Amino acid sequence: MSKIIRRATAGTLESSDVFVTLEPHDSGVEIELDSVVRNQFGPAILKAVEEVLAECGVNSAKVIVVDRGALDCVIRARVETAVERGKGE
Amino acid sequence: MNGKLVQSIREAIALSGLKSGMSISFHHHLRNGDYTLNRVMNEIAAMGIRELTLNASSIFDTHAPLEEHIRNHVVTKINTNYMSAALGHRISEGLMDAPVDFRTHGGRPRDIALGNTPIDVAFIAAPTADCAGNCSGKYGPSACGSLGYAFPDAMYAKKVIVITDNLVPYPMKGWSIPEIYVDYVVEVDAIGNPAGIVSGTTRITRDPVGLIMAETAVKVIQHSGLLQDGFSFQTGAGGASLAAASFLKDVMLRDGIRGSFASGGITGYLVDMLSAGCFESLMDVQCFDLKAVESIRTNPAHQEISAMQYASPAAASAVVDKLDVVILGATEVDTDFNVNVHTDSSGMIMGGSGGHSDTAAGAKLAMIIAPLFRARLPIVTDHVSCISTPGRDIDVLVTQRGVAVNPKNQELMLRLKDAGLPVIPIDELKTMAECITGKPNKPVRSGRTVANVIYRDGTLMDTIQSV
Repeated sequence: MSKIIRRATAGTLESSDVFVTLEPHDSGVEIELDSVVRNQFGPAILKAVEEVLAECGVNSAKVIVVDRGALDCVIRARVETAVERGKGE
Repeated sequence: MNGKLVQSIREAIALSGLKSGMSISFHHHLRNGDYTLNRVMNEIAAMGIRELTLNASSIFDTHAPLEEHIRNHVVTKINTNYMSAALGHRISEGLMDAPVDFRTHGGRPRDIALGNTPIDVAFIAAPTADCAGNCSGKYGPSACGSLGYAFPDAMYAKKVIVITDNLVPYPMKGWSIPEIYVDYVVEVDAIGNPAGIVSGTTRITRDPVGLIMAETAVKVIQHSGLLQDGFSFQTGAGGASLAAASFLKDVMLRDGIRGSFASGGITGYLVDMLSAGCFESLMDVQCFDLKAVESIRTNPAHQEISAMQYASPAAASAVVDKLDVVILGATEVDTDFNVNVHTDSSGMIMGGSGGHSDTAAGAKLAMIIAPLFRARLPIVTDHVSCISTPGRDIDVLVTQRGVAVNPKNQELMLRLKDAGLPVIPIDELKTMAECITGKPNKPVRSGRTVANVIYRDGTLMDTIQSV
């Protein structure tokens, strides 16, 4: 299990990328999603974020996802990187 | 004695007899640098004139203040060929009661000439004019080159007001639109911002995906059987299309092919091809950059054409019908080769046909060049959100992963296969894209009709619903 102890970001706001911000949170995972393809891929993006957090053992965090049309693999990589940067030793 | 030159835009409007319920028109050669449409609309609103039909050849982001005039019922109907996102999104959200009527660059002059969309007062922003209204876009501080789209307005409107920021002694030399059509002339400080007149898109792409598409596009042209002496060509101003023009130039020079003409919106890349001897002439309805403006001013082989001569199906003949190859863009293409250039994948208005349908109908080879997907959205879908150009007029789709040929053109299919090009069925391109992006949820089309898409022959091609 990993705990998010500091604010951490990964990614960019370029087209086809995603900017992920992780913040410490008291209880549970809270995801804020802003995406240019929300109508087409909103549920798929949330699922990818939740799955990566679960795989990394993060069960409480605030996640802000600003998506510019990133592919699934890009979203997963950005979330994983943000977790690495934000978690305690 | 000079009865035409008046002191202000407001005086010209008053003299023209413009009244509530009438129709006014504008041309779009000053593109996103245009000051004239907003200035005239502000005067009209201040004079208390309402419920006008606005017939503008295109509407750009700089014309976003139109939203206020629509809310106040100064403008209650819009006819146009292209509308960028700033106003387009508001229209999609249901800003207007009456649907916008989208036409093509050929359909607009057709309907003006046939009297289907009569114009009471045309406002022509002219980079140079004399006191009688002889005018041109080739000279002056706001030079834009061709005034092609303004010709039908000048010829058929009941009253014509020329607005210039470069008034020269009568008679001006090298006029495009003659005084015989012009009723009033107004001098203003500036008709537009030269920096906005030059398009931001007229730069060649450096994106490797765009370069691969451009290379493939040129191979398709090479093996189509059309690339020989007398070849004629049109391309848009998108980065990949410009790269294709640049690669095509190399092939034509290497093989010593001397083409006939290039047409449409003209960029510096086509000017370079003219100078290098790839073409005998440029047929220019609109200049996209300063190099094109300089060329149309100085090179007699670079010729100005009117919107009618460019593309009107009502003209006795038109340039688009002499085209061999046109390269066009798309926001979506469906498996029947129908193309959408009016809305984005969420159904919001952000463009329009312009000359898309006209050139696709006229050219022997109509090519769409588009990436497999953009920002996770596959380009190929089962059904486009809006049919701008019908699939029957499209011959081939070029992507970075393969080339899909419309089955109606079996000859082209065989030629490209024989040449070893990566020809694949269009539904395989769709599957390929969805393997990478995932399958998108299609937004449901509901709500009321906010725009009609009218094909170049006047028939209704599709409608656009509110989002």
